[in-house]
Amino acid sequence: MTEWLNVVVQGVLTGGLYAMFAVGLSLIFGVMRLVNIAHGDLIVLAAYVSLMVTQALGVDPLTSLVLVVPIMALVGYALQRGLLNFTLGEDLLPPLLVTFGLSVIIQNGLLELFTADSRKLQAGAIEVLTAQLMPGVWVGYLPLVQFAVAILVIAALQVLFYKTALGRAFRATSDDQPVAQLMGLNTRHVFALAMALSLAVVAIAGVFLAVRSNFDPAIGPARLIFGFEAVIIGGLGNMWGTLAGGVILGVAQAIGAELDPGWQLLAGHIAFLVILALRPQGLFPKVSG
Amino acid sequence: MAPLLALDNISKRFGAVVVADGISLALNAGEALGIIGPNGAGKTTLFAIAAGALAPDAGRVLFAGEDITGLSPDRRCRKGLARAFQIPQPFVGMTVFENVVVAAAFGAGEPEAAVYDRAADLLDRCGLADKANRSAGGLTLLDRKRLELARALATKPRVLLLDEVAGGLTEHECHALVELIKDVRASGVSIVWIEHIVHALLASIDRLLVLHGGRFIAAGEPREVIRSSQVAEIYMGIAADG
Repeated sequence: MTEWLNVVVQGVLTGGLYAMFAVGLSLIFGVMRLVNIAHGDLIVLAAYVSLMVTQALGVDPLTSLVLVVPIMALVGYALQRGLLNFTLGEDLLPPLLVTFGLSVIIQNGLLELFTADSRKLQAGAIEVLTAQLMPGVWVGYLPLVQFAVAILVIAALQVLFYKTALGRAFRATSDDQPVAQLMGLNTRHVFALAMALSLAVVAIAGVFLAVRSNFDPAIGPARLIFGFEAVIIGGLGNMWGTLAGGVILGVAQAIGAELDPGWQLLAGHIAFLVILALRPQGLFPKVSG
Repeated sequence: MAPLLALDNISKRFGAVVVADGISLALNAGEALGIIGPNGAGKTTLFAIAAGALAPDAGRVLFAGEDITGLSPDRRCRKGLARAFQIPQPFVGMTVFENVVVAAAFGAGEPEAAVYDRAADLLDRCGLADKANRSAGGLTLLDRKRLELARALATKPRVLLLDEVAGGLTEHECHALVELIKDVRASGVSIVWIEHIVHALLASIDRLLVLHGGRFIAAGEPREVIRSSQVAEIYMGIAADG
């Protein structure tokens, strides 16, 4: 019994990471209807940026976030202003194609620079520290920190969206872009800020991913799928729903892995398909105003 | 002194349809201008070109003497050019108050904390104070029109473009709207108003222009223009058929 409880707890904590993959994705889709196929590869890019920072400065990965987050945010702003803004319009296809191309470029660029070798970021003692929740149920400090950070990130985004001028600018632009422009909003700048914010979250997700498991240039697309699944399970437009979606995905994968190590991914996808079939709008869709 | 808003020889065609055929217009500071014309005369296109939603094929748009033809709508808004739509387009996912706050903060280029009082005043002035915290998506047509106006005013305009804002209102509601627009005008905002409801227009403007086939066919003192035989023939004749 405690063995299964342990599995579920680990799944929940992994779900926090998946939720972080997902919120950045859902944020830019919400603001500018852009489906970012390169999202997973940007997560991996953030992991490599952190690798370079840790090697160059000799700091631990979590400290490297101080640099990696602003770097990725800048990359996001430049990417949106310099490239993706030109793909936005009535048609959803151009941004899809361009971000797909971007995904290929990032993967191959990383392959050239860092080879296909598996890497891992070393966070030191925190990686192996554990706490006993109850007899037989142990949780690692690192997954716990990661889950707490996921909650903080989502709470912060929630406050930003509903309590600040920038958030209102995001929501107004999301609602009606031409009218937002008439109200004095420079929508190209707003879009770029949304992408910067998305990649700031990506940076956090990328570093936690790289501390927890091995990474190489090719693992991006699978992270994109996890992100998509978490968003759809939770319901579009609801960030706490996205956290729930990530947790469900994480738990499903953990249970699958416990039954048979080969079933980990399959179990997650099956859970996703079942929810999509029974509740296509997701578990907690945003009530439209 | 240069006119506040000027259209200089504007031309625009959609395929074979000429919607603006060398149109020129000058709005002086403090003035209120009305534009009438049959459906398809190019009235809304003219506003779209003035506000920057549409680029003209030829001609210039000038604001206080400065050429703004190439400026984006948001830059024009911050210069003091606001537009209210025929069909109100509130941000439906936000509250009434938030709608006005966004316009007040970004349209006038002020920090958000500095605009709350002004936004509340505007809601009060437009009769929306008791609905400030409701979702804008749930408003009635009249309230949506009020919000449309409140939002346009929140951007601190020097020129306000009103596109058939009286359409679809009852007589009583229309009267309230006209009073509000007069009040806006009295506060120093210049107005260009496109309207089908002619009596609403006549009550509040200095000059009337008649647009037909992409050009102005008459201009002058509102009541004289309405009485002229040319206008009766082209505008009223078509209106009666429709």
